[in-house]
Amino acid sequence: MPSSTDAGRRDLGVYVHIPFCAIRCDYCDFATWTDRGGLVDAYVDACVTDLRGRVAAGELTPASSVFFGGGTPSLLAPDALVRILDEIPRRAAAEVTVECNPDSVDGPKLRAYARAGVNRCSFGVQSMQPHVLAALGRTHDPANVTRAVAAARDAGIENLNLDLIYGAHGESRADWDATLEAALALDPPHVSAYALTVEPPTPLGRRVAAGTSPGPDDDDQAAKYERADEVLGGSGRPWYEVSNWARPGHECRHHLLYWAQGDYVGIGCAAHAHRPGVRSWNVRAPERYLERIAAGRSPEAGRETLDPATRADEALGLALRTRAGASVPAAAAAEAAALEAAGLLAGRAERVALTRRGRLLATEVTVRLLAAATPTVSTSVAVGTR
Amino acid sequence: MTPGAGLDIARSRCFSLLSHVDHGKSTLADRILELCGAVDARSMREQFLDSMDLERERGITIKAQNVRLTWRDFVLHLIDTPGHVDFGYEVSRSLAACEGAVLLVDASQGIEAQTLANCYAALEADLTIVAVLNKIDLPQAEPDRRADEIERVLGIPAPDVLRISAKTGQGVPELLDAVVDRIPAPTGDPDAPLQGLLFDSYYDPYRGVVSSVRVFNGTLTTGARLRYLQAGATHEAEEVGVRTPDPTPVAALGPGEVGYLIAGIKDVGEARVGETVTGAAHPGAPLAGYRDPKPMVFCGLYPVVGDEYADLRDALEKLRLNDSSFTYEPETSGALGFGFRCGFLGLLHMEIIRERLEREYDLSLVATSPNVEYRAVRVDGAVEMVDNPSAMPPPSELETIEEPYVTVTILTPTDYVGPLMDLAQARRGEQTKLEYLAEDRVELVYALPLAEIVVDFFDQLKSRTRGYASLDYEPAGYRPADLVKVEVLLNGVPVDAFSTIVHRQEAQDYARRMTVRLRELIPRQLFDVPIQAAVGGRIIARETVKAKRKDVLAKCYGGDVTRKRKLLERQKEGKRRMKQIGRVEVPQEAFVAALRLDES
Repeated sequence: MPSSTDAGRRDLGVYVHIPFCAIRCDYCDFATWTDRGGLVDAYVDACVTDLRGRVAAGELTPASSVFFGGGTPSLLAPDALVRILDEIPRRAAAEVTVECNPDSVDGPKLRAYARAGVNRCSFGVQSMQPHVLAALGRTHDPANVTRAVAAARDAGIENLNLDLIYGAHGESRADWDATLEAALALDPPHVSAYALTVEPPTPLGRRVAAGTSPGPDDDDQAAKYERADEVLGGSGRPWYEVSNWARPGHECRHHLLYWAQGDYVGIGCAAHAHRPGVRSWNVRAPERYLERIAAGRSPEAGRETLDPATRADEALGLALRTRAGASVPAAAAAEAAALEAAGLLAGRAERVALTRRGRLLATEVTVRLLAAATPTVSTSVAVGTR
Repeated sequence: MTPGAGLDIARSRCFSLLSHVDHGKSTLADRILELCGAVDARSMREQFLDSMDLERERGITIKAQNVRLTWRDFVLHLIDTPGHVDFGYEVSRSLAACEGAVLLVDASQGIEAQTLANCYAALEADLTIVAVLNKIDLPQAEPDRRADEIERVLGIPAPDVLRISAKTGQGVPELLDAVVDRIPAPTGDPDAPLQGLLFDSYYDPYRGVVSSVRVFNGTLTTGARLRYLQAGATHEAEEVGVRTPDPTPVAALGPGEVGYLIAGIKDVGEARVGETVTGAAHPGAPLAGYRDPKPMVFCGLYPVVGDEYADLRDALEKLRLNDSSFTYEPETSGALGFGFRCGFLGLLHMEIIRERLEREYDLSLVATSPNVEYRAVRVDGAVEMVDNPSAMPPPSELETIEEPYVTVTILTPTDYVGPLMDLAQARRGEQTKLEYLAEDRVELVYALPLAEIVVDFFDQLKSRTRGYASLDYEPAGYRPADLVKVEVLLNGVPVDAFSTIVHRQEAQDYARRMTVRLRELIPRQLFDVPIQAAVGGRIIARETVKAKRKDVLAKCYGGDVTRKRKLLERQKEGKRRMKQIGRVEVPQEAFVAALRLDES
């Protein structure tokens, strides 16, 4: 039920978490399950109940963006996804994204999504090289990506993203080049490229901890990042966040909310939400979510209220990830100048953004600026004296 | 016989038990106490021998103890001595309190290095030696052969060597009879000015310092005003007593008596081993042989966590109440922060102090590599004692560096002479003696730099001889040597904790080892960081920590924001705890790890 009275209002995103997958990828530590197929219908019902309750309570004003993430939202039958989406009040130009596994979509499903209002698809491509996909524990055939992208376009969904991962064991530089090239050949307006990250509680994490699998190499990933930035930026898709590149106008509006400390509502298990100064998250397991909703209780599992100083630190860290950059606190001006001299920051006056090399060192740069902005008694000791 | 009152000096004997580790000294002491009806063996052990946990664990005695016993119609004063080379001076003072010594030798193992060292020390103190072969009940015992060995090596006639089993008690009464018969009675004048020798002191939290004392002349009376001649202080004898082994107060101790003395002293440094106590009103002369304790081995001790500095200082102060033979003074290290430079009598002493600090005071400590005290002779002839390598003057200002030497005596089965000569030679040893004590046993004597034996010489000796060789050493002055200071530089800035002084030939090896280790431990920075080792400004090894290229979270979406913020907060805190060496930030843990590796 799109609304048309959204001019001048603060943006609001709605994130819907679909915690089901056909198989689990070796590197994934998201809240998702492969053995809860029997719960799907009840879960969709619970999301619908949750949404109705929030609308009735006036918590849910028309959304500027909706994002179905997972898990694998595209495992949902079209009518199930449509039932949820229909409950979300939306503005006329709302962006509605569904994360899709190239294996689990086809023409009819995507057409049904489009009819319900989905206007953006994000495909989990990861790699276009079969041996790299195998190393990641993925099974799809790269040819499915081509078919899925064509089917989406066929269904009228032009706003497409391809998710890529670099740095898997056995992925050569040439493999990565080939993946980038094959991805661009599909002409997506938006590409996300992520460094493979080893999370301890995953099959990959356990293998790395046990020493049976080498972890990603920082230098290799740095080189691949630089290559991605060159190729994607050079193709008319400049970076707009550390791991995101898009043609101007095709930036993900929902994700931009995250980096601007915008407001978003979380529906479903493990979904996070933010209202000014308050971050909250829902219970992690789908069963717990069903219990809470059935009992008429809030699914919220926890929350934190941020004081102004913490919010300011958080804002700096988030904004620095984006091309728009961040304004530097006066106390950190000297540190910013040093980082600029080191080639990690660029900017004018108080507003700075990360250079390509700086993006690769975003955490270090942010920590330095934060440490400089929060002066403290130095504990360092003069050197070479007794 | 009432202790301390009218003791017939002719019926007193003062003696100690000397033995190599594991030759059965504790077991023999148990038997003697039982035979003399002192206490049952178990409570005796708790009161008499090995009173610290550490002593019991390591099977060594650190503190001298004494007990007063009755055998037939004689009073025996048994004085136990510390059992390790680090405490040679303490041993010498315990022996000075005796007229004789029982030298215990394992009937299967024969004479060991410590047996020799003990025997020489006893002879030096003019003691009558009663040699005893122990463990004759064991099948591998060879008492005839070992008795011959004792005659040949120590010059004690083989027929005089007693044969006992401390375990079964066989021969122990005869041994006590021999103590009475052979060891001379003390002499002394009860009416002369008081001369009492303190040969041990410990700190009791309720009573203050409790000293062990042997009276030579005069009478030590409860309530008397006493003059401590070395400390130059006057105290009142609050309590005088004997240990039976229960502490039992007495009115007075006369010549030839051994007991304890409590005089309201709060610091064992005021009642040092070797001190002479005398009457304040009519002082006697100081007894010969007093020496200030002299640390031989030094290291920096630092809290792993910087805010434990004050706790460490308090712990050192308290520990020193009980052991005045170690020294400490504050020092500051660029790498390790605030800590103390500490001096010890030897390596074992160092380990004991450090373990006690960690165990009894719950501290986590890092120690820099142990070093000796060097004599730096400047070009203008001025001499400076240097106990911290980073304080060594630059080569251009130095005429020469002298290092302390020790005379090392090694006793070994013949089979291992080759490997031991290799070891000693690799440590710059100079052989001064090689003598066959028996056809299967050799005495090797070397002049060795102390620095070469402080780290792992003893372990090497044991592993090359499957534990069969034994070692003893004593200081032997200073000698000039071709020594250099190796400095480790991080991005051009010296890191004091890793400065060391080594022989020129070993500099390269140390330099390579340390630079590689630090390269592995120092986190990557925003720029390449050279790690160099230098001698006199010349670089002899170099490694590089390559600049960090990637430090970024790949994803930052709704659920990641909180996690990311917490990570940044942690790193921000971590940054504050970083040691800043020039432009390089190093977590203290990296330095700690490098030093810990050096110990293994």
